[in-house]
Amino acid sequence: MLGTIGKPAAAIALAIALISLVLLALGASPAGVFIALWQGAFGNWIAFTDSLVKATPLVFTGLAIAVAFSAALWNIGADGQLVIGAIAAGAVGPFLEGWPRPLALSVVLLVGALGGAGWSGICGYLRARRNTNEVISTIMLNFVAAQILSWTVHGPLMETSRAYPESMPIASSAEMYMFAPPTRLNAGMLLALLLAVAIFFFLFRSAAGFQLRAMGKNRRAANFFGIPIASITIWTMALSGALAGLGGAVQIAAINHRLYEKVSPGWGFEAIAIALVARLNPLAIVAAAIFFGALDNGSQAMQRAEGVSPVLVQVIQAMVILILLAFDTSAWGNIRDAIARGRATQAPSEAAADA
Amino acid sequence: MLEAFLTSTIAMATPILLAALGELLVEETGIINIGIEGAMLAGAFFALSGVYFTGSVAIGLMCGIGAAIAINAMLGALVINLAVNQVVAGTALDILAAGITGVFYRRFFGITGKAFIVTPLRAIGLGPLARVPILGPMLFDQSPLVYFAFLLVPVIGWMMRRTRYGLRLRAAGERPEAADALGLHVYSLRWQALIVSGALTGVAGAFLTVAYANTFVENISAGRGFVALAVVILGRRNAWGLAAASILFGAAMALQFGLQALGTAIPYQLFLALPYALTLFVLAFVGGQSSDPSALGVPYSRS
Repeated sequence: MLGTIGKPAAAIALAIALISLVLLALGASPAGVFIALWQGAFGNWIAFTDSLVKATPLVFTGLAIAVAFSAALWNIGADGQLVIGAIAAGAVGPFLEGWPRPLALSVVLLVGALGGAGWSGICGYLRARRNTNEVISTIMLNFVAAQILSWTVHGPLMETSRAYPESMPIASSAEMYMFAPPTRLNAGMLLALLLAVAIFFFLFRSAAGFQLRAMGKNRRAANFFGIPIASITIWTMALSGALAGLGGAVQIAAINHRLYEKVSPGWGFEAIAIALVARLNPLAIVAAAIFFGALDNGSQAMQRAEGVSPVLVQVIQAMVILILLAFDTSAWGNIRDAIARGRATQAPSEAAADA
Repeated sequence: MLEAFLTSTIAMATPILLAALGELLVEETGIINIGIEGAMLAGAFFALSGVYFTGSVAIGLMCGIGAAIAINAMLGALVINLAVNQVVAGTALDILAAGITGVFYRRFFGITGKAFIVTPLRAIGLGPLARVPILGPMLFDQSPLVYFAFLLVPVIGWMMRRTRYGLRLRAAGERPEAADALGLHVYSLRWQALIVSGALTGVAGAFLTVAYANTFVENISAGRGFVALAVVILGRRNAWGLAAASILFGAAMALQFGLQALGTAIPYQLFLALPYALTLFVLAFVGGQSSDPSALGVPYSRS
């Protein structure tokens, strides 16, 4: 257990050390940057709750990545799936005025999940039936989704005065339950937590989850043992997209309340870092998402205080992934063996003595 | 109008072609480089910075090439020597490049408001040929980097299919164990492909800033590296096919600008989305998957 927490913590520490060097090169004060980050993320009650709000879409997309990656389906398209979910929610939301809130909210979340599932389902179907590489297909659909969003807010969903590239607001009955105004704590975070638990049990305690993970370990062997890899591929991708799409719908229902030209600042890619830090464990994803959400939240304060671009957070994220990858690989064992073999050939007598 | 469209098509095709030729080499040795988008972006930013701070295009190009090679070297250390997942490592490098270029860009130019502009690398007209109507400007009045990209097509095509070295590279991607057993150094071959590919991707990025836009905006590569991944498949892993596929994408991008300028009723987003949708369509329904190197994306552990 120490190893599972220790490695990500060490990776984050090493990333912070490397970032400090970058900051020094830029002529900024590392201490000032990290203090500003901390203040912006956890400095007061509003900052703290906003970090949780920022973490919410990351939990959804992180779970989406965990599900797909567990099956060795490399879904790089959670961003596009989230966007399609948001578009679906934003398109339906304005028409639900007067509906009872539980119903209206359910409809908005459902169409969001279905939108995301349909979008990733395309890639799952193409992988299963046409052997189309899902890495490329999901990346391509990210771009297509971004253009669809831009088109809808300039075209069919544009607000009626037609002055701004944004949609009409969703009906008040379709807005997410807020817990403690003026903070933006909302039921979306609760939903994310419940889903993390549900996905944990699905992946690690259910027969379908076992088949999914078996396929992820070895697709050919899974097929040999009668696991229906074609249908698991399609359903896994659809589930992954549904989670991302739901994240988009929650963002619309809880925070944005309408569509703008940009929904996601790259949550679908950040999610890859999160899922990796959490080692594809849905419960750990919640913790990792809060860490990354706090970084995002703190980055604005960091910019104000130290004049460092908030995209520095992307550098931190990338470094955490790269360092974890380097730590985690089994290849170190091979390299040790190779070195050992090299020594053995140099000094056969010693090797013989060891044996 | 037609002349401008054709000239623009070739210019838009150039960075895609350069990156795709590099990606072809890498993929033939068994690596899929998702980090190519990041390498191109890093090349674009550092090439422009080099020109901006030294005034020399040659130094700028070197900076761009160096930055892209650095990104590819990180990928190489991870996926060749440490045998980690290529997709995850590549994605991380894309995020890293977007972050680093963004941080440096805003640190140096975002606050001061200085214009980050250089004199463009000028087109070189090839004498009277450049004045041939319609085809002249497209073929003979382009940036030197355009000529470089298209001259590489026969060179790389010949190298991959007709030389012993090309055969070795392909062996590393088809049957790494067999190649290893025959005494080829699989790691070394993959490293060589990654370095050359980094150089080409760096030139591709440099083209965007130094020869085309003459400035930098965040995420200027705008998915062209990902398009290059698609071009390799669409061009059926053949250098000439890559050139044709790159021109097709170049045309789609040029068309979108042309139609936006004309102000048609068709939403311009359709044309922005078109190349990506087209890629997906071609991948799914025209195929080309069967020609993938057998060991593409599979880490090779020498044990």
